[in-house]
Amino acid sequence: MPRTLYDKLWDSHVVRSYDDGSALIYVDRHLLHEVSTPQSFQALDSRGLSVHRPEANLAVADHAVPTLNRDRPIADPMAARQTALLQRNVAKHNIPYIPLDDRRQGIVHVIGPEQGFTLPGMTLACGDSHTSTHGAFGALAFGIGASECGIVMATQAVVQRRARTMCVRLSGDLPLGVTTKDLALRLIAVLGANGASGHAIEYVGAALAGLGMEQRMTLCNMAIEAGARVALVAPDQITVDWLRGRPMAPKGADFDAAVAYWQTLRSDPEARYDRVVEMDLTTLAPHVTWGTSPEDALPITGTVPDPAQDDDARRAQRRQRALDYMGLEPGQALDGLAVDVVFIGSCTNGRLADLEAAAEVLRGRRVHPGVRAIAVPGSGLVKAEAEARGLAQVFRDAGFEWRDAGCSMCVAMNGDSIEPGQRCASTSNRNFEGRQGRGGRTHLVGPAMAAAAAVTGHLTDVRKLEILT
Amino acid sequence: MSAPLIHLNSRAVHLPDTNIDTDIIFPARFLLRTDREGLGDCAFADRRFTQDGAENPEFPLNRDGWRGAQVIVGGAGFGCGSSREHAVWALVDIGIRLVIAPDFGEIFAGNAVKNGLLVLRLPPETCAGLGQQAEAGETFTLDMRAQTLHVGGRLVCGLDLAREAQEAFLNGWDELDVILNRDMDSIRDFETGHRARQPWLFAAS
Ligand code: SF4
Repeated sequence: MPRTLYDKLWDSHVVRSYDDGSALIYVDRHLLHEVSTPQSFQALDSRGLSVHRPEANLAVADHAVPTLNRDRPIADPMAARQTALLQRNVAKHNIPYIPLDDRRQGIVHVIGPEQGFTLPGMTLACGDSHTSTHGAFGALAFGIGASECGIVMATQAVVQRRARTMCVRLSGDLPLGVTTKDLALRLIAVLGANGASGHAIEYVGAALAGLGMEQRMTLCNMAIEAGARVALVAPDQITVDWLRGRPMAPKGADFDAAVAYWQTLRSDPEARYDRVVEMDLTTLAPHVTWGTSPEDALPITGTVPDPAQDDDARRAQRRQRALDYMGLEPGQALDGLAVDVVFIGSCTNGRLADLEAAAEVLRGRRVHPGVRAIAVPGSGLVKAEAEARGLAQVFRDAGFEWRDAGCSMCVAMNGDSIEPGQRCASTSNRNFEGRQGRGGRTHLVGPAMAAAAAVTGHLTDVRKLEILT
Repeated sequence: MSAPLIHLNSRAVHLPDTNIDTDIIFPARFLLRTDREGLGDCAFADRRFTQDGAENPEFPLNRDGWRGAQVIVGGAGFGCGSSREHAVWALVDIGIRLVIAPDFGEIFAGNAVKNGLLVLRLPPETCAGLGQQAEAGETFTLDMRAQTLHVGGRLVCGLDLAREAQEAFLNGWDELDVILNRDMDSIRDFETGHRARQPWLFAAS
């Protein structure tokens, strides 16, 4: 029987199947952060259990850590406690840990790939819904709950249900000024926030050859916002080249053997998906969200929809609530909406290619006087590389705050947040009510669009800005 | 370990609102707490307590006779929203062992059974009827061995749990215990084969 990539990854990790249709899945790698694991360690400690394979785990603090004054103790006592607790827990269980003052520290979903901890063909779990990111490497990666984090640590396995499969076929090249974030937002708008729930998405098609690993990660990262817990791209030469020489990737003959296996990781030509969606990239425009769900995405040339015109009563109600929260009127043009804050960062758009895309727009320009702009690299290594290449200077010269790595304003748990009523152009992944701070209004955009908003002071079509050199 | 759920005799509180999400059950500002015990303080915090921390007399769990009730009859979409498991822990911590609703947030329902909280999906009309019985103070009786739910002495439904799930509730095993007791040999066997097939995944780095 021809199989999809998802089938192959699933089949190669089933320890046993249960009567109710679920299966016990072997987990090759587990990423830990400070917020979702305190109770997982309690579950182990209360039973006197040890970690089954400590070296299959990697821990880092990212959600609650400050992005300023890293040389000083964490000011928020609860965040300080949570971070210290992670450090104690991993030390006790011999789990590899990247400390806060280490250059490799960063967001779990940035550092996993960066270190070569994430590899094609493996299963990878993390107590975080954006774990789908790692599927860009052809790994079966999914978010799990805190109890499951404890189960994975103690047993190296977790109970899952097999997903249905959805193929997203991408054709054509992205036009100038349009990024994979725009593609991701468009896809969520088409599918709906729950449109892919119960499904594993596989991206296929000629367009992938033109997308680097960082762009593929952005795509897989956002799949969860369409409801898909798993997203996949089959590994190819781009994947192999990206991984070669990474600190935790296999070396020498091991690497060659791995590559030979990875080359088998693709959907068979005759394989059938439960659903197929086609997407042409050539006509794509830069996108922005207007509401409080990632599915509320429109081209920047669009206008705020009118809930009264909606034929679906429940959706109309939700949209009206979103407009009230966002302080918007039906028919308002998205281009021209004044913003107070611009945030560039997160596991969606906090990598080097993202910073490059933003810097290209920022070069030779200044942040609008009414805007607070903040750039938070996804990891210390991304930060160092951006500094070495002169990108950091571009951000600073433009008037951006240049911070240390972490989740920061994506989830606003570390003190980086926006004020009630403030409008923020953000490269993160969720525009839920209060996500970036109580009463804060989030407009999701790609990095170039965020930079354009920063310099003009309002949401705007980045294609209208000349690239200065 | 969660406490075994063998037999339950309790009044039920009725929370008929649609989409009682995990933010309502467990507000995000408490996510920096690092314990599992005691999270009950945060359960429904913004509804159960007033701004100044006093009990809100309107909230069903604060009514005399319903304090300490172990059953919730909820509205559609109970537990939707963020995946935080804290929502389940907080409910269990205040003694809730059974939630009945027309449907549940998918991840919440998954988290619930892992923590000894039984969730029962029943048709909306049935839930509405049970809600009235809850408000009338009738007794909800759950028999895990017989897999039945009686309300006011009358049979409502069977529980329809797979044998393994039933056993887990009866013994207070959570999923970790079940896997440890039942599957570790299978896991080790699998691991041996997996190591032979993909040795690079096991090489020391
Ligand atoms: S950057 Fe945002 S989405 Fe990504 S792991 Fe951190 S909090 Fe989650």
